[in-house]
Amino acid sequence: MTTPVVVTGIGVTAPNGLGTDAYWAATLRGESGIGPISRFDPAGYPVRLAGEVPDFVAEDHIPNRLLPQTDHMTRLSLLAARMALADAAVDPAELDEFGMGVVTASSSGGFEFGQREMAKLWSKGGQFVSAYQSFAWFYAVNTGQISIMHGLRGPASVLVADQAGGLDAIAQARRYVRRGTDLVVTGGVDGALCPWGWVAQIAGGRLSSQADPRRAYLPFDVDASGFVPGEGGAILVVESAESARSRAAGTVYGEIAGYAATFDPPVHSGRQPGLRRAIELALADADLAAGDVDVVFADGYGVPDLDMAEAGAITAVFGVDGVPVVVPKAMTGRLYSGGAPLDVAAALLAIRDGVIPPAGYVSDVPRHYGMDLVIGKPRHVPVTAALVLARGHGGFNSAMVVRAA
Amino acid sequence: MDRRVVITGIGVVAPGGVGAKPFWALIRAGRTATRGISFFDASSFRSQVAAEADFDPAEHGLTPRERRRMDRATQFAVVTAREALADSGLPAGDLDPYRTGVVVGSAVGCTMSLEREYQVVSDGGRDWLVDHTYAVPHLYDFLVPSSIAAEVAVDAGAEGPAGLVSTGCTSGLDSVGHAVDLVREGAADVMITGATDAPISPITVACFDAIKATTPRNDDAEHASRPFDRSRDGFVLGEGAAMFVVEELGHARRRGAHIYAEIAGYAARATAFHMTGLRPDGRELAEAITAALAGSGTDPSTIDYINAHGSGTRQNDRHETAAFKRSLGDKAYRTPVSSIKSMIGHSLGAIGSLEIAACALAMEHGLVPPTANLHEPDPECDLDYVPLQARAQRVDTVLTVGSGFGGFQSAMVLARPDRAAA
Repeated sequence: MTTPVVVTGIGVTAPNGLGTDAYWAATLRGESGIGPISRFDPAGYPVRLAGEVPDFVAEDHIPNRLLPQTDHMTRLSLLAARMALADAAVDPAELDEFGMGVVTASSSGGFEFGQREMAKLWSKGGQFVSAYQSFAWFYAVNTGQISIMHGLRGPASVLVADQAGGLDAIAQARRYVRRGTDLVVTGGVDGALCPWGWVAQIAGGRLSSQADPRRAYLPFDVDASGFVPGEGGAILVVESAESARSRAAGTVYGEIAGYAATFDPPVHSGRQPGLRRAIELALADADLAAGDVDVVFADGYGVPDLDMAEAGAITAVFGVDGVPVVVPKAMTGRLYSGGAPLDVAAALLAIRDGVIPPAGYVSDVPRHYGMDLVIGKPRHVPVTAALVLARGHGGFNSAMVVRAA
Repeated sequence: MDRRVVITGIGVVAPGGVGAKPFWALIRAGRTATRGISFFDASSFRSQVAAEADFDPAEHGLTPRERRRMDRATQFAVVTAREALADSGLPAGDLDPYRTGVVVGSAVGCTMSLEREYQVVSDGGRDWLVDHTYAVPHLYDFLVPSSIAAEVAVDAGAEGPAGLVSTGCTSGLDSVGHAVDLVREGAADVMITGATDAPISPITVACFDAIKATTPRNDDAEHASRPFDRSRDGFVLGEGAAMFVVEELGHARRRGAHIYAEIAGYAARATAFHMTGLRPDGRELAEAITAALAGSGTDPSTIDYINAHGSGTRQNDRHETAAFKRSLGDKAYRTPVSSIKSMIGHSLGAIGSLEIAACALAMEHGLVPPTANLHEPDPECDLDYVPLQARAQRVDTVLTVGSGFGGFQSAMVLARPDRAAA
């Protein structure tokens, strides 16, 4: 029927590692990238921890002419895209320009850039606003800049569904490939670590105000007290299995085998939330039974009632302790539209290496969650199929199945 | 058998009127709704002209709580989604929640609210370390614009796939194109889709001033949007929304719904050239047009009307004229082309959906919308742009296109569902 759509390149910019190898090694060691915010002085705020991408010197990775026109998160996305294309051994100049597309997820655009320009406008006047503001802030910026940098002239898009949007973007990439685009650069790299973005995130009401980096973001733990935001994410190269074969791509990490998205019913409707349905639809789309799934990468909000709801959806489909569950984002913080693509990358690496990473500092999971959460140390088991879950503020649910190619 | 997708409901908020009826009345008369900016004191800006919508959210049923919680763009989306549902004869209570989804397009999301709240927490721009104690509780909803899609979905009781598409000025075509894809592949039977933007605020005006993209024709606001005219000098910032009910053809026919048009084809391409600049040859837009026509099985010779992006910037109008010639050959010279931005300005992401609405209504009423303010065509823009007056003619097949910052180029084909297959 339809040709399988596979991932052949991964580029990672994560708080616990710049580059796929650094990220994966840190993740398997259970090493967290969460720490005190360094990009601005957080002393006056009730939340002072974040996952910041380490060792990133923009001048080392980004052409000079792009520095004045890009937000920090756009620079990270450009690096991630370049790493993903290199990993896939793609030289875009050698391929059909209209046969290569880009679709990224976004949540808040280049918000730090936006704050700087907003400050100029309101403190000095409109004539001080940067000529780059019109596109450096807007949500479409990463897709546009990636397409320009690599000459990708096929279909292009940008999806926003808060923290679920990253899976929607990868699903859109699969759609493009199924419709005939040879290769698509996709995923999400995000972040709004500036005071104005920080205040908006605090207003969301779900951030942890714990001061200890090891205790602040503990999804599914009895001590869960909210989440820690971060920056970064992952960019993937996806293409048809046929295209990967014909250009003798290096590693085929796995197939994007199933996907579904649902939206929650109104809060007081008495109707069931949509996450379970998203899981079931994604499994059906992948033509897999629950028993075929070897590991679930949970969304893991770190907010007790949301953790319980997610545990309920997972056990409803897989049974009590029916499948190993993991939340590597406990070691990065939640990366908004970058979080789910990073989880997809981790799932593909788990398939490659036959190992499931532990959930950071999570140590005590309430028994009534009925979840076999991988904690403490990595678990070495063959992984053929993995399910990745993501939820977005407001009621968005997305689920994606990846499996060995 | 491929699933086909049709428009069965339309809702509009536009400069010059709220509702699809006043919107069409303005367009058919060729009236303009551009004026001096009234929302704030724009006297220090280069461009002081806009196409503002006279929209009172209370009059359209939004409660005080909803008005506080929702940005103006969100209010537009919710009100137009309600109008579209009512128009489709599918009241919210009759929808199958699991089989109904929402895709909204928006270029700049909740920017007006973000700017307003920024002034509060930053003490008028003075503080870099803004004060969280002054933040409104729903500030996060303004930060991440998928809140717009969430409000529409909750309001309609939709529980299928939901999200926002934000591809700058092609968002209004790309959102509907995405919704159509979801119905085609079976993820939903009904989608509430369209686009909204409410960008008329100092930060947006300032950022377009900075690159001279908007018109400085401040002493003649009513005639400031001049697509294809020799004297054009930039676009007029606008606002508004259009939302649709789109559904699978069989679903619409079984319930005896009125069908405006089939969304027969859609394609998007990227220029990969420059974030704001365009090469004059229109190559990538032409490629999108060709792909949309091919995907819909439409022969270029059958196109009755082209709804242009026609923003009225020097570079756009030449760029797209070249793209029409490149993709359609001689047929480009024999097809009426017009830009409704001449009347309602350029509402960024929303405009693509407002243009789809205009196309569907053009098919409905057998009338090609005019290009207002077009008195002396640019010699490089040498197609039939339907100057000043609408033209009565049968309209069965329409091409509508969009082009925007970031390099996004999109094309969509609307047709009659009962047309002979090409």
